[in-house]
Amino acid sequence: MTESSMTQFPDLVNWAWAGVLYWLVLGFGALLLQRQRRLLTSLVFPLGALGALFMAGVGLVGLVAPPSAVILPIGLPDLPFHLRLDALSAFFLVLLGGASFGVTVYAVGYFRNMRAGPLGLLVLWYHLFLGGMVTVLLADDAYAFMVAWEVMALSSYFLVTTDHKIPDIRRAGFLYLLIAHVGAVALLLCFGLLQGGHGDYTFNSMRLAEMTPFWASAVYLLALFGFGAKAGLVPMHVWLPEAHPAAPSPVSALMSGVMLKTAIYGLLRVTFDLLNVQIGWWGTLALALGLLTALYGVIFAAVQSDMKRLLAWSSIENIGVILAAFGLTLIFYTDGKGALAALTLTALLYHALNHAFFKGLLFVGTGSVLHATGERRMGKLGGLIRFMPWTAWLTLVGALAIAGLPPLNGFVSEWLLLQAFLLTPGLTQPYLNMVIPVAAASVALAAALAAYVMVKFFGVVFLGQPRDPALHHAHEASWPERLGMIWLAAGCALLGLFPAQVIDRLAPVVRLLSGQTLVNDGNWLMLAPVSAERASYAPLIFFAVVAVVLLLTFVWVRRIYHGRVRRADPWDCGYPEQDARMQDTAEGFGQPIRQIFESFMRVERERPDPFDRHPRYTSASLDKLWFLLYEPIARLASWISDQAGRLQHGRIQWYLIYSFATLIFLLVFVTR
Amino acid sequence: MTTGILLQIAQTLLAILLAPLLMGWVNQCRAWLQGRSAPPITQPYRTLRKLFHKDAVIAHDASPLFRFAPYMIFACMALAAGIVPTIANDLPFSPAADVIALVGIFALARVFLALAAMDTGTSFGSLGARREMLVSFLAEPALLMVFFTASLISQSTELPIIVETLAHREFVIYPSMAFAAVAFWMISVAENARIPVDNPTTHLELTMIHEAMILEYSARHLALIEWAVALKLFTYSALGIALFLPWGIAAQGDFNALPLAILALVAKMALGGAVLSFMEAISAKVRLFRAPEFLGTAFLLGVLGMLIHFLLEV
Repeated sequence: MTESSMTQFPDLVNWAWAGVLYWLVLGFGALLLQRQRRLLTSLVFPLGALGALFMAGVGLVGLVAPPSAVILPIGLPDLPFHLRLDALSAFFLVLLGGASFGVTVYAVGYFRNMRAGPLGLLVLWYHLFLGGMVTVLLADDAYAFMVAWEVMALSSYFLVTTDHKIPDIRRAGFLYLLIAHVGAVALLLCFGLLQGGHGDYTFNSMRLAEMTPFWASAVYLLALFGFGAKAGLVPMHVWLPEAHPAAPSPVSALMSGVMLKTAIYGLLRVTFDLLNVQIGWWGTLALALGLLTALYGVIFAAVQSDMKRLLAWSSIENIGVILAAFGLTLIFYTDGKGALAALTLTALLYHALNHAFFKGLLFVGTGSVLHATGERRMGKLGGLIRFMPWTAWLTLVGALAIAGLPPLNGFVSEWLLLQAFLLTPGLTQPYLNMVIPVAAASVALAAALAAYVMVKFFGVVFLGQPRDPALHHAHEASWPERLGMIWLAAGCALLGLFPAQVIDRLAPVVRLLSGQTLVNDGNWLMLAPVSAERASYAPLIFFAVVAVVLLLTFVWVRRIYHGRVRRADPWDCGYPEQDARMQDTAEGFGQPIRQIFESFMRVERERPDPFDRHPRYTSASLDKLWFLLYEPIARLASWISDQAGRLQHGRIQWYLIYSFATLIFLLVFVTR
Repeated sequence: MTTGILLQIAQTLLAILLAPLLMGWVNQCRAWLQGRSAPPITQPYRTLRKLFHKDAVIAHDASPLFRFAPYMIFACMALAAGIVPTIANDLPFSPAADVIALVGIFALARVFLALAAMDTGTSFGSLGARREMLVSFLAEPALLMVFFTASLISQSTELPIIVETLAHREFVIYPSMAFAAVAFWMISVAENARIPVDNPTTHLELTMIHEAMILEYSARHLALIEWAVALKLFTYSALGIALFLPWGIAAQGDFNALPLAILALVAKMALGGAVLSFMEAISAKVRLFRAPEFLGTAFLLGVLGMLIHFLLEV
C-alpha cells in the first residue's frame, strides 16, 4: 500500500502522507510497549515531536511549491483516497507542525508524571489524532475527508475521556461526541449537495460543478453549521468549556490550538475553493456570528474560576475573531475589493497561527500548574511565580500575547483586522459602510476584555499569596515541559516581532483564495499593508525603544541615586490578622463583569443565612443558552424517544407484525 | 535623518522633563480653585527627587515582576510620548506605531501595573487592579472610536498624517470631530484617573482605583510610576492637541516654526491643565458602577461622531 504511493517520490504530498504513516507506526508501536512507561514517554513522544517538526517543514516547502496530488488505493473498492497538498493545506500543516512540536515535547515531561492508566493506549490516540488532523488537511475527496474527520473526532474523544472514571469527564466526553457528530452530519449533507448528483465525491469535480445561488447558499449554511460545531461557534460552543478542562493539558492544547483550526480550514476550503459562487450576505452573517461569539466567549471567560475552563472560553472568543475576519473577507471579496479581501484573509490566517501558539502555551502552562499542585480551581492557587518561575514567566508571554499587547503576536493580527475595518468606506452597500466600523468597536471591546481576562488568569494563579498552604511545596516544571513552553513562547515572540516575513510566507495562500496578495509597503522591519501613508507598525523598533529606555532608566537610577532595597511586611491596613484567603479571588475579580453583563448569564447564588455555623457563599454564572436552547432540545429528543419506546413491547409477535406491516407498506409503493 | 533622530530624542526628552511641570500646574490651579494656598509649580520635581533618594521598601513576598513593572511602565510612556507629535511632526519614531499601536502601548503599561498590584497579594492591590481593568476595557474601545473618526477623515491611522491633514491642509470644519473631542475628553479623564472616575488625591478604600494599585510602592519605584503618570497626562494632552487643536505644530523639516511650536504647546497645555482642574473642581466623583455609564456615554459619542462623518462628510 505504502510502496505504491511512494512511486511519485518527490511529490510533497507523499512526504506529508509518509509523516502520517510514521505517526501511525509510532502509535501502534506504543501498544506493544504498554508496560514500559518510561520508554513510552522518553522515546515515543520525542520521536512523535520530530514528526511534527517534519510536518512543519513539509508545510513550509509546500507554501511555495506547486500543488501536488496523489491517489491512494485504500478504503473501499472503487473509492480510493485522493490526497492533495496546496498552499492552503500547507499553511495549516505549518500551524499544526509548529504548535504540536512544542506540545509534544511538553508531553514528554507531562505524561511521565501521570498517574497510573493505560499510557500505551493514550499514546496511540495521541498520534492517531495528529495523523487524523493532517489527513483532514490533505484530503481531496469528501470520502477521505469524512473518514479523517471522524478519526480526528473519535481519537480526541478517547483523549478527552482519559480519566474516564470521573463521571463529569464521561459526561463532557459524551457532549463533545454528540456535537461533533451533529456537525459531521451537516458536513455529510454539505458534501452531498456539493457533488450535485453526479456521484463523484472528489473535490476536483466539486470545483467544476456549477451551482445556483440557492444551492450554494445551502452548502454554505451547512458548512458554517458543521464546521462551526467543531470550531465552537455560538450557539454550538457548549462542548468546549466542558471538554477542554476534562482532557489532559497537552491534549487540550492540541484541541484548542490545532483542532479548532481544522474547522477554519474546512470552512475556507468549502467557501473559497469548492464553491465557485460567493454571495455577500454570507459574509454579513459570518461577521455577525463571529462578533457574537467573540463577545460571548470573552464575557464568560471573565467570570470563570477554573483556569482551564477560562482558557476554553477564551478559545471561543478567538474563534469568534477569526470568524469575523472570515465574514469580512467574504464581504470584501463579493464586493470586488480583492486587495481588502487579501488584507482580512491575512489577518485571519495570522490570527489562526497566533492562536495555535499562545493558546497551546497557556494550556500547557496550566498543565504544569496542575501537576505541581493538583488543583485547577483558581480559588485554591496563587503566588506560584515564586515556586515555579519558569512556568510563570513563560505563561506571562502567552498571556500578554493573547491579550493583544504589542510587541507580541496577538497584537499583529488584531492590528491587521482593525486596519481592514477602517478600510471599509468604498463598499457598494452604504449600510455596510456604516455598520462595519461599529463592528470594529466590538472587536476592540473583545480585545480589551481579553486583557481583563488575562490579568485575572495570570494574577490570580501566579501572583499574590498562595491561597493554600500546600502550594508552598509546588515544584517547578520538568525540563521537557520547559522546553516545550520555550518553543511556544518563542513562537509568540517571533511571530510578533517579524510580521513582514510572516506575511510574505502567507502570500501564496492569500493569492490562492482571494486572487490577490497583500502588498507590504514597508521594509523588512516595518509592516505597512496597503500603503505606508495609511498605516504602519514596526514591532522591532517598538521593542528596541522600550528595551533601551528601560535599560537606560535602570542604569540611570542606579548611577545617580542608589539601588538600596529593604524588605518589610506589606501594609496590612492596620488589621494585623490578614491572611492569604482575604485576597481577591477569581470570583471577585470577575464580579464587575458579571454585574455588567448579567443579562447574558444565569447566575445561581447560594447565600448563607445569619445563623449558619459554617457559612458558605457560592455563586455560579451559567450559560443561559444551555437552558434556552439545549434543554428544550434534549427534552424534545427524550420525549420523541419515549414515544418511540411505546412501540417496543419485547414480544416477538408484535415485532413480526411490524415487519409484516412495513413490508405491505413498501409493496404498495413498489407496485405503484 | 540625523537631525530627525536628534529632534526626536529632543522631543521625547522634553516631554519627559516637562511632564511633571504640567502635573504641578494642574495641582496649582486646583489649589487656587479650592481656595487653598497653592504649592509651587515645581513641587512634583521635588517629590520625585525626594522619592529617588529614599530606600525602597518592598514586601517580603514580592516577586521580580513587582520591581520590573515600574521601569516597564516608564519605558512604555516614554515611547508613547515619543510617538505623539508635540512640537514637530513626522519624526523618525512615528512610523513604528500608529494610533492603534499607541492604544496598545497604553494597554501594555496598564497590564503591567495591574499585575504588579496583584503581586504582593494585599486586598487593596487586586481591588485596584480589578477596577482599573474595568475602567480600561470600557475606555479602550471608546478611544479607538475617536481615533477611527480622525483616521477616517485623514484616510490614515498615522498620527503625523492625521495632524498634517487637520493642521496644514485647507481649513475645514468637521462636525464629527466635535463629538470625538467630547468623547476624548471623557476618556482622558477616566484613563488618567481624574475626577469623576477616580480621584488622584484620595486614599479612601471605597473609591480609589489608581492609588490602590500603587499602595505598596515606595521610593524609586514609586517615583518612576508617578513620573509615568505625569507623562501619561502629558501624552494624552499632546494627543488631544494633535487631534483637535493641531495648529502650530511644526511641519516636517520646518525648523523656523519650532520656537513658535514650543510657545503654542506651552500655551495650549496651560489652558488644557486649567480647564482640567476647573472641571475637577466643579464635579464630584461618581460611584464605581456609574463609571461604565460615563464611559458608555463616551463610547456612544465616539460612535455618533463616526456616523456623522459618514452622513455629512463623505
